[in-house]
Amino acid sequence: MNQRSGMTLIVKTITRMVAAFIATYGIYIVLYGHLTPGGGFAGGVILACGFVLLFLAFGKDFALEILSQRGTSIWDCLAAFAFLAIALLGYIGGTFFYNVIAKGEPFHLVSAGIIPLANIAIGIKVAACLFGVFIALVLFRMARSPEEMEEE
Amino acid sequence: MPKEMLPYLLTMVLLMIGVYGIVVKRNIIKIIVGVIITEYAVNCFLILQGYRDGGIAPIMTADMNTATFVDKSVDPVPQALILTAIVIGLGTVALMVALAIRLYEKYGTFDISEIRRLQG
Amino acid sequence: MVRVLPLFVAVPLGAAFMLPLFERLKKVRWLADLVAVAVTIFLFIFALQAMASPGAVYWMGKWSPESIIGINLVLDGLSALMLFTINLVAFCATLFSIEYMKRFTSKPLYYSLFLLMVAGMNGVVLSGDMFNIYVFLEIAAIASYALVAFGVESEELEASFKYLILGGLASTFILFGIGILYNATGTLNMAQIAQTLGVPGQNKAVLLAICFFFMGFGLKGAMVPFHAWLPDAHPSAPAPISAMLSGVLIKALGVYALIRVLFNVVGVTELVANALLIGGIASMTIGGLLAIGQWDFKRLLAYSSISQIGYILLGLGIAAGVLFRPEIPKAVAGLALFGSLYHLLNHAVFKGLLFLSSGAVEYATGTRNMREMGGLRHQMPITAGACRVGVFSIAGIPPFNGFFSKLIIILAAVLARYYISAAVTTIISFVTLLYYIKVQRYILDGDVPEALEGVKEVPVLMQLSLIILAVLCVALGLFVPLLRESIFQEAERAILSGLEYVQLVLAGG
Repeated sequence: MNQRSGMTLIVKTITRMVAAFIATYGIYIVLYGHLTPGGGFAGGVILACGFVLLFLAFGKDFALEILSQRGTSIWDCLAAFAFLAIALLGYIGGTFFYNVIAKGEPFHLVSAGIIPLANIAIGIKVAACLFGVFIALVLFRMARSPEEMEEE
Repeated sequence: MPKEMLPYLLTMVLLMIGVYGIVVKRNIIKIIVGVIITEYAVNCFLILQGYRDGGIAPIMTADMNTATFVDKSVDPVPQALILTAIVIGLGTVALMVALAIRLYEKYGTFDISEIRRLQG
Repeated sequence: MVRVLPLFVAVPLGAAFMLPLFERLKKVRWLADLVAVAVTIFLFIFALQAMASPGAVYWMGKWSPESIIGINLVLDGLSALMLFTINLVAFCATLFSIEYMKRFTSKPLYYSLFLLMVAGMNGVVLSGDMFNIYVFLEIAAIASYALVAFGVESEELEASFKYLILGGLASTFILFGIGILYNATGTLNMAQIAQTLGVPGQNKAVLLAICFFFMGFGLKGAMVPFHAWLPDAHPSAPAPISAMLSGVLIKALGVYALIRVLFNVVGVTELVANALLIGGIASMTIGGLLAIGQWDFKRLLAYSSISQIGYILLGLGIAAGVLFRPEIPKAVAGLALFGSLYHLLNHAVFKGLLFLSSGAVEYATGTRNMREMGGLRHQMPITAGACRVGVFSIAGIPPFNGFFSKLIIILAAVLARYYISAAVTTIISFVTLLYYIKVQRYILDGDVPEALEGVKEVPVLMQLSLIILAVLCVALGLFVPLLRESIFQEAERAILSGLEYVQLVLAGG
């Protein structure tokens, strides 16, 4: 295996163990955004950090197989679209951003109408967007590094 | 000067440090750090607006009625504001860093005094 | 009309998110063009309708005026005028982009950023609370930073970086100002802030907020002494973007926001009036004098933008100053505001036209250096004709619109007994004429250099957008009295009667 494809065995093993937990935690923060601290943005950042960890530990090929640069861009746009659609859904009830879905009982997971849906859309968008930014910055550097190595 | 003014003054000092970094430093990365410091100064300033002595986090739980919540909790509006401001700041900083990488590629330096193809 | 007010933001935003998905579809490249043109035409027609019925308030998600946390959109006379200006220039710039942007790598991404910028500006002029102004302003600003660097050449990156640093600093200042206002009043809704503050000039903390707003919006609007980024950033962008930046962005983000905050929220004081006057005169003079020495066509136009922004600020300053001088009739303030807003619309039209024609010239000849051009009226008759109309308008030659707006500002200055301002304005008008004579002399007239023998006229769509703006330059000049009654009076009223804004927002809707 070539040097570039990731870090040492220790890092890889630990990453394998915690990656699922990080993803679960991120999804939890997104889903419970209307009940506890956190929400779409915070959960999305955690998810993106999970991807970044995979990228760092296993190298770019592994991470990009799960979510490519093109993939981040598509998810980014689709999630933004979903958020806008939720906002437009309010027109059913009369105004933009109106909470048309039944609010349910407070302090239950299925409650608060469109807010959990909006949180999910934001979570996906933020995760895709942040990881996309990371890839864009890193790959730009990697694309140049062979020349640099020649110079050295 | 009342004691409560001190935190506000410190955020102003932080702002000035950031502005100093932007104006005086020659390295692009240090200038970016200066911008980030100004953003943090304004975030601190906004979060101070909602502060109250002995306040609780503005999260409603099942064992709390509305009256005690309103009575105890700190103002949640500035917190929502700085969350938005942080997101916007993130976008700006990402763009700045991307530009810095590109600039380094074109000019081979981070020194702003050598990046001067545009006059005036 | 009221019910669909959010679509001014939602439609361009939705299109902006849709366009990057088209990037891979190489076979249907026209699809991106089609979407962008369709969206901008839709917005323009919408803006025309909005202008017909100003005075609407829209509360998002059925929040009511009684609650202090609802988000609202306000369409008053001033907003309607700004919407018209923004979407008019956006439409012409999109039409121009179809051919012009073929040289660049990714058109869908370009349109995506372009529509984000339009959405941001529409949001700024419609928003009814301080924080949403900040958010929309950042959307527009971040899109514009990226668009300035769109060509990714070293000069463009450098200009964009400069613009980005100063723009980021400006946003920080604006947010500081908003924080102070929130501290003083406990609300972010502009009407409620105005209501709580009451008589202007009472609260000392608000003075600090005004300082921050002046620095922040002054930086965004390129008011001297905060203008350093503009002459680099505006010429570096692709031509349609230059037209948008100089034509409307600095007005929506700088001038409009300043008007709204100063006149409708915190209220003007004598200090503010003087600051506007000094800022206006300084911008006018310094921008005008620096423009004379430029040989880069677009750079000259950028300096001229600073100078013209000065006229608008001066008109505002006169209007604000008259309010504190009981011996001068209130009608003079209305006249000064009319001149200022009329010049704002005119400048958007003719500076858009000039930047687009500079783009057309660059497209055909491949250079922006005026020394290398000449005699283009023979080879590019339509571009040259449109460019000449723009030059006549901005230099203030009588039948064109620029003459009337400058005349009205000078007239208002004389009536308000700001004789020195009137004199400076007149002198700077001649300076403007001077450097635009230079443009004519070196670009349009004279002999054709050998290098440019084979230059041809630009494609039809580019000509079309130039012709639309050129016709508007003439039309806006010919129908001054009609325009004043139909669109400007509403805007003047919206600005001058600060309390009426409060009533509109809190009672109506």
